This record gives sequence, C-alpha cells and structure tokens, in this order.
Amino acid sequence: MAIVKTERHPELAPPVSQTGVIGWVRENLFSSWLNSVLTVVSIYVIWQAASGIVSWAFINANFIGETKADCTGSGACWVFIKARFGQNMYGFYPEPERWRVNLGYILGAVGLFLVLSDYVKSKKWPGIFLFVIYPVLCYFLFYGGFGLEVIETSQWGGLFLTLVLASVSIFVALPLGVLLALGRRSEMPVIRMLCVGFIELVRAVPLISVLFMASVMLPLFLPEGQNFDKLVRALVGMSLFSAAYMAEVVRGGLQAIPKGQMEAANSLGLGYWKSMGLIILPQALKISIPSIVNTFIGLFKDTTLVLIIGLLDLLSIVKGGTTDKNWLGLATEGYVFVAAVFWVFCFSMSRYSIWLENKLHTGHKR
Amino acid sequence: MTADVSGQAGVSMWRDPKIRAVFFQVLVIAIFLAFVFYVGNNTIENLEKRGIASGFGFLSQPAGFGIGIVVLMDYNAQTSTHTDVLFIGILNTLIVAITGIFLATILGFVFGVLRLSHNWVVNKIAATYIEIVRNIPLLVQLLFWYFAVLSVLPRVKESLYLSENFLINNRGINFPSVIPEAGFWMIWVGLLLGIVATVVVSKWAHKRQDETGQQFPTLLVSIALIIGLPVLGALIAGIPFEFDYPKLGRFNIQGGWVLEPEFLALLLGLSIYTGAFIAEIVRSGINSVSHGQTEAAHSLGIKPSFTMRLVILPQALRVIIPPLTSQYLNLTKNSSLATAIGYPEIVAIFAGTSLNQTGQAIEIIGITMLFYLTISLLISVFMNWYNKRIALVER
Repeated sequence: MAIVKTERHPELAPPVSQTGVIGWVRENLFSSWLNSVLTVVSIYVIWQAASGIVSWAFINANFIGETKADCTGSGACWVFIKARFGQNMYGFYPEPERWRVNLGYILGAVGLFLVLSDYVKSKKWPGIFLFVIYPVLCYFLFYGGFGLEVIETSQWGGLFLTLVLASVSIFVALPLGVLLALGRRSEMPVIRMLCVGFIELVRAVPLISVLFMASVMLPLFLPEGQNFDKLVRALVGMSLFSAAYMAEVVRGGLQAIPKGQMEAANSLGLGYWKSMGLIILPQALKISIPSIVNTFIGLFKDTTLVLIIGLLDLLSIVKGGTTDKNWLGLATEGYVFVAAVFWVFCFSMSRYSIWLENKLHTGHKR
Repeated sequence: MTADVSGQAGVSMWRDPKIRAVFFQVLVIAIFLAFVFYVGNNTIENLEKRGIASGFGFLSQPAGFGIGIVVLMDYNAQTSTHTDVLFIGILNTLIVAITGIFLATILGFVFGVLRLSHNWVVNKIAATYIEIVRNIPLLVQLLFWYFAVLSVLPRVKESLYLSENFLINNRGINFPSVIPEAGFWMIWVGLLLGIVATVVVSKWAHKRQDETGQQFPTLLVSIALIIGLPVLGALIAGIPFEFDYPKLGRFNIQGGWVLEPEFLALLLGLSIYTGAFIAEIVRSGINSVSHGQTEAAHSLGIKPSFTMRLVILPQALRVIIPPLTSQYLNLTKNSSLATAIGYPEIVAIFAGTSLNQTGQAIEIIGITMLFYLTISLLISVFMNWYNKRIALVER
C-alpha cells in the first residue's frame, strides 16, 4: 500500500524564460529595472549616432566625381580623398617610380609572412632576408642607385613615409633597447648609471622635444658641413626615443626569468654573452613579444608627430590637402580618413598581440 | 679569493672578471667623455660661426610677440620678456594637464566599470569607445576636434545660445564671469575652513569607526561643508560679487569668460584619449581582484553596491595606481602636442616662438626638458606616496 512513486519523474525542460534568446535577453539586458532603463537609453543613443554616421558617411555621401563641385549630396565628400589618393599614399614620389614602393611593400609582406608564419619551420633564411638583405634592398629601391633614378627624401610622403618612419625606428630601437636593458641590469656601476640616465631622461620628456632636439640641435653637434637629411634627423630622434621605451619592456622580460637560468648557463661554462644570447634573451624576448608589439603600436601612432617638424607623413599631407583652396571645408573627411587608416593598422596589430599572447601562454593559465 | 685561485691556475689576467669589469668601465667612460668632448667642441664652433652668444641673457629681453591665451598674468608683447613667456607656457601646460587628468580619470573610471557591466549593450558601447579611441593617434584626434568640430561652429554673429548668457561659436564657449567686489575674501576663507573642517571630520569619523564601529556619513558632510561654508561667507559679506554677462558686440563678444577652442580641443582630445587607456587599466585592476572576494562579501550579506566600493575597489586600486601614474605622466607630456593647434603651452611658445626668435636652441630646449623632468618627478613622487598609503600592509 505504499504511495511512494517508484519511477523517476521525467526531466522537465528548463523554463523558457531562462534559456535561448529570451533567457539571454533577460539575463543580459533586462535583469533589473535599472538595467532595463540603461538598455533602452543606450539603444536609443546608438540608433541616433549610428543612423547619423551611416547617412553622413554612406547614404548621402558623394563618391563619384573629380572636383569639389561634384559633391552635391549633404553627406561626406569622399571625392576629396579619391582625388588625392595617390598623394596621400606616396607623397610627391614621382608617379612613374611608384612601382618601386609597391615592390618594397610586397617584398616586406612576403618576408614578414615567412618569419611570422607557423608553416615555415626554419626561420634562418627568412630572418636573414628580412633583417639583413631587405633593409639594404629597400634603401636602393626607395632612394635610388644602380640605375634607378634618385628620389630625394623630401619627395617622400604620405602613408609610405609613415611606414618608413615606423619600420626603421623599430628596426633600430629593438636591438638598441635590448642593449640598454642589459646595461641597466649590468653589474658594472658605470654602465648601469649611463643606461639608467639615458632611459629615464628620455622617458621623462615628450617626443616633440626629442624631435625638436634632433631637428634643431643635431646640426649643431656635428662638424661644420656635415649635415643630415631632415628625414634621417627625425629617424634618429624617433629611434632613440623608442629605444628607451623598448629597454623598459625588455627589462620587464629579463626580470621575469628566474636567476637559476643564468646560474645554470654559467655552470655549463657559458660566458656572459653566450648565456645571454642563447639562454636568457630567447626566453625573455619571447615573453615580452606582446609588450613589444604594444610599444610598436605606440611608436606607429607617434610617427604622426613628425608633422610638427615639417615632414610630410600621412597626417601632414592630408592636413595640407584640407587647406587647398579647391577643397576647402573638407577637414572632417580628411581626418576621418587618416583616423580610419591608422585605426586599421593599430587595431589589427593589437589583435595580433592578443592572439600571440594566448599562443605563447604555455601553461599557468587560470 | 677567486682571483687568487685563477691566478694560481695560470689563467691570464685578461680572463679575470674583476679586472675585465674595471677595464670595460674605464673604456666606456673614456668613450663617453670623448663623445661629450667631440659634441661640445663642435657645438661651440658651430655657435661661434653662427654668431649666437650662449648664456641665459636672452631671458630678460623683450619677447615681442603676442600670445593668444594668458591667464593670471599680465602680458604685453612689447615689454614682457622671454621669462614671462616661459612662465605663461608653464602655467598653460599645468592648467590643461590638471584639468585633463581630472576629466580623464572620471571618464576612465566610468567606462572601465561600464566595460565590466553585465548589460551587453552598455558593455559593448564602452568597448567600442575604448577600441576606437586607443587605436587612433592623439594628434589626429586633436586636429579632428580643432579643425573638424570646433572650427566649423557658427561664427560669432550667429552664435548658438544654450541659454541667454551661454554662447557657443567658433571662438569658443562664452559664459558669465564673476567679478569680485569688496569682501570677496570671505568666500575664500569659507572654502579654506571647509577644507580644514573636512579633514578634521574625516579623521574623527575614521577614529570613531575604528573604536566603536559606528559609521558616519563623511562624504555628505564633507560636500555640505565645502559648499556650505563659502556660501555662508558670501551671505555674511552680502554677496560680494557681480556677474558679467557676455554680450554680442559689434565684431566680437564683450565681457564674460571664454573657453578658447584651442584649449577645448586640447582638453577634449587629451582626456578622451587618456580616458580610454585609464578605462582599460581600471578594468584589468578590477578583474585582478579574485572572484572569491565578491563571493565572500555577498555571503556576508554586503549589498552589491557596497561590495564594489568597500571590498573590490580598494583592492583593485593597488593594481591600478602604478599604471595610472604613467598615464598621468603621458597626458602631461602629450599636452605638448598643443603646438599643432596653437594652444600656447611651453613647447608651443617657448620652445617654438621664443626659440625661433632668439636662436638659443640649447638653453631653451634644456629649460623645457628640465621642466618636464621636474613635472614627471613630482607626479611620480606624489603617486608613489599615495601608492604606499593604500598598499597592502602585510605581516
């Protein structure tokens, strides 16, 4: 006479209000009255902003034409960007010679792919190509020589100049930064003090003052008659500046390597440079790659500052374009274009750095 | 000891690390000194050839150029010297840096917390702001604000009126100014008393809470004191000030105070840019506090809002403060980008115009760098002190 149920009751489906789309919406958008208000207000704000931006940039925008007179719609005048596209990309680099820049881009992209890709196992030859052959090749390709017409650096400009500034600075700053970081951790007081002094001095002042110093004072420091090109002066300033920041990043990596590694290397009979080069630095650089990429993003954004010392980088050439009397009143389009170009570069680099961080994170992840 | 052993083993002196260290250091010093000598020598020669007398005599010469924005000081293009230019530059840098730090901190904390919101829409708005702003160079943003937003505002004649005495046009934002009359000092005294009273009250409240566990509404009382006492002072002195309203004159706006577009663009650009970085710092700081802390607080029955304020934020601050310091330093250094939009801070007028007029590159760049070094040092000393104060007291 037991009134105990013997078989198990079939499992009920979870309540509709907690699963699926409805559950997600309740959980994430309307979990409390405050949240509901926030959601509604934010959606309204987004709708207003997005519809305004879309109609300005796309729906009412003008894409077809040659001159400002063709911009009849109420939205953006992208004709301005289109008409000056060549100049924005290459500056005053003569048009028939622009294939040299493009060739440089392609070779650089191939080299970078070979070095960074997982599919290529041996990094020796790609490394030698990218870091030894490519820079020399680029010098002759971009500047001239060996039968190629010489293009003075005063004619370089636009995105091309921005990329040159960023890549040369990082190319010089990285090894210099490693040396400075090693010097800062050296046991020799004189070397340590010099490195600390340089790093802290450079990090305490704004890049503009370093650039001013490079453009105004460098000519004073050199013997009479020996004068650098304006671009080289800017490059010296930017490289030294980013070397100081790079040094701090590398130092962070060095500090994360346990002391035992150095002791083990020493006990195997390796000297300072061998244990650094073969044991410590490979590990330290590996863990600091994400920070190095972040520093590079900062450096890439900072290249715009050469506008102040009168080089014609992307920002500078677009700014010049907005004061062209045939294209007055199009500052918004110009700056939005520059912002978009920089955003694409920096955002993809930062995503790459996050991806790399996850990939290199071998173990220890909570 | 090691030297002895190696010596006995017949190893050459060159292999002794100690001797090698001394040798290298002497070598480095020699190279460094030779470099300094070479550079110094060249500089002196070059300066002589260009006929530039070095020294700081130029600081007392009249500057002879106009400056757009001068506050708290008198400046006259004919009589004021380069020293005045330096001080105006420093003052303008400090003004924009301090207001910028203030705004960027508020923006950063608000968006950092919003970025962690469980509300999907709010979360994505914060993420969009951070990701867009962080990845566009500051200089582009400054030029955008200045040339694309503030310059296309209506001209003075067609000013926008927010209210009758609040005008917006392409020369800035005009609003009523306060003209002090006799007895205005009472308000300052009130403010000072309010601040002193706040410090005393908060100390007393802290002590009482330690002893008895009773809480005291310190924040409300402090706000009441800091606002109330100056108001009281004003009432006692019989409202010792008058408003001067901006009026649309023939060509320009007369009276009132104005926030110039150069200042506004710089302030907006700096605080929005730095705010995005601070938001990320705040987010990672809050994320670094282990989730067990939140659970423990909830299981003790502490309300969610109090959990954030009393449990999570104090622990997160320890992680937040050091990178926050470097953001403050960055903001101050980045204020030098004002050169590009013509806000007269130290780099624009002193390292820019004064340098071009006098040609004293070494002295002027030296003074400018010294100023930034001092500021950097002051900010880091202050933040280190604050960091120590909130640091975890361990056994």
